[in-house]
Amino acid sequence: MNPNYLDFEQPIAELQAKIEELRLVGNDSRISLSDEIGKLEEKSRKLTEQIFRDLTAWQVTQLSRHPQRPYTLDYLDSIFTDFDELHGDRHFADDAALVGGVARLDDKPVMIIGHQKGRDVKEKVRRNFGMPRPEGYRKACRLMEMAERFKMPVLTFIDTPGAYPGIDAEERGQSEAIAYNLAVMSRLKTPIIATVIGEGGSGGALAIGVCDELQMLQYSTYSVISPEGCASILWKSAEKASEAAHAMGITASRLKELGFVDTLIDEPLGGAHRNPRKTAERVREALSGSLERLQAMDTETLLERRYGRLMSYGAPQ
Amino acid sequence: MSWLDKIVPSMSRTQRNDRRASVPDGLWRKCPNCESVLYLPELEKHQNVCPKCQHHLRLTARKRLNWFLDAEGREEIAGDLQPSDRLKFRDSKKYKDRLASAQKSTDENDALIAMRGALDGLPVVAVAFEFSFMGGSMGAVVGEKFVRAATLALEEEIPLVCFAASGGARMQEALFSLMQMAKTSAALEKLKLAGVPYISVLTDPVFGGVSASLAMLGDLNVAEPNALIGFAGPRVIEQTVRETLPEGFQRSEFLLEHGTVDMIVSRPELRERLGSVLRKLTHQPVVGVSADDASVEVGDFSPLPDEPDASRASR
Repeated sequence: MNPNYLDFEQPIAELQAKIEELRLVGNDSRISLSDEIGKLEEKSRKLTEQIFRDLTAWQVTQLSRHPQRPYTLDYLDSIFTDFDELHGDRHFADDAALVGGVARLDDKPVMIIGHQKGRDVKEKVRRNFGMPRPEGYRKACRLMEMAERFKMPVLTFIDTPGAYPGIDAEERGQSEAIAYNLAVMSRLKTPIIATVIGEGGSGGALAIGVCDELQMLQYSTYSVISPEGCASILWKSAEKASEAAHAMGITASRLKELGFVDTLIDEPLGGAHRNPRKTAERVREALSGSLERLQAMDTETLLERRYGRLMSYGAPQ
Repeated sequence: MSWLDKIVPSMSRTQRNDRRASVPDGLWRKCPNCESVLYLPELEKHQNVCPKCQHHLRLTARKRLNWFLDAEGREEIAGDLQPSDRLKFRDSKKYKDRLASAQKSTDENDALIAMRGALDGLPVVAVAFEFSFMGGSMGAVVGEKFVRAATLALEEEIPLVCFAASGGARMQEALFSLMQMAKTSAALEKLKLAGVPYISVLTDPVFGGVSASLAMLGDLNVAEPNALIGFAGPRVIEQTVRETLPEGFQRSEFLLEHGTVDMIVSRPELRERLGSVLRKLTHQPVVGVSADDASVEVGDFSPLPDEPDASRASR
């Protein structure tokens, strides 16, 4: 099994392996295999289209966690210029699971805040698998308030399994750190745009997710609890995760139907990781559009609109 | 079947099987801490605090508010709000059926009760979570009721008090329930900016989405003794860190030590302590001193109760 492909993508992986083989043979011999390769590539594309046409909520969950999926810092490199990373919550530590700093989007200053996962084992551990501790959320809060002072929009990138469930995190007030951010973000006098690029894991995601506009990548998820967690509580078995993912409606497309998402960003065929550059370009377009809309509003309108939006969640129909 | 039988089914079953038992069902309850067998009317007289060991047993939301607020002038807020199953959620059971059975067993519409009233004459809005309604979980109705209570407190400029007891967000309402965290926190931020006091009382247990929103945002966070309070549940943490958790982890006393709560107050002292703090925050005289005698300037002040209490004034 090719680790770059998920279980449901294995037929594509097999086809791609064949194409690779033919290429190697073609390089060695004088016979041109380009026609044959072209045919197979067309077949592979069709197969991918077919498989990706109708993904289950669980398959989308797997894609949202794909080890090659672009992370916050990847988008930083491709969308923004002139990034200065800022560190620390000024109280306890710097949390590498949550990054932030000032950068430029189309030359205009913006504040970026996002969860960060690691690629290799060492980096994964250093980034704590994208699960922030209270100091991460407090750093985020500090940067948001700084953005308010310096009149910069806040752009957040959400990609976390959740806030870290550890002894130290509890000791330092994980709940309070999250709650505090929710309160501050509800009245921050600058536009906030949140983009879910991978996993939107519960309160740990929402703690940088209160916003004026929510964008979600096509194969990202946003959920009150992980499908595994939900399954082990309600079905008494983590193996029912796929059913739980479906029941909770955690995919971008379902959440768009339910009215939570403003902009759904289509991913390239096969997912963001198959063409990170194209994905980044689309995220950038969505961000620019969203910023233009929000920056046309005066602060009072913006805040009233944000409050109204928050109050509308689950309001009696 | 009484509400108590639901909570202690095993106990009532043994009673029913015991032919010698001459007492009616559900008149006795064992303290989960010291195991003393307690006479229910006696236990209720002490607001479910064990008279032997002072263990704080859970109290239903309605009993809690009826005890906390003065008997005069209590008025329920948004009591008619009904939960709805927006996602047609179904696990081993339909959410609709879970709601129906929770409503039947608790006689409440959802897991939060809100009331306006007074605390020793001081007008307040108070809300309480009903833990026996699906673990006090926060869905759309809980969030909406909380916001309506907070908005009333804001408009009338009277303090808000919340008694939290909840396992967290209600999974069956998925993202609708997650967003209640942001919704309730936004409403509380308005109170904060307007200088309207909010006291969050943490009772056993408070976790997840409720802990990481409205329950931690009090001007004062107050805990009942020995309540279990945290973000992640102890089992989840144990599985993650693969260590045994320290003694007393996530108990009220642990939170006090780590600076998360302002004070631990036992239930019998709660009315008096909260009243005392709120009267200072709202510049009201101590109970028993009339507004005319007080040196501070006061706004509208409803009539004082007839019986002055020296012990309250001494705090």
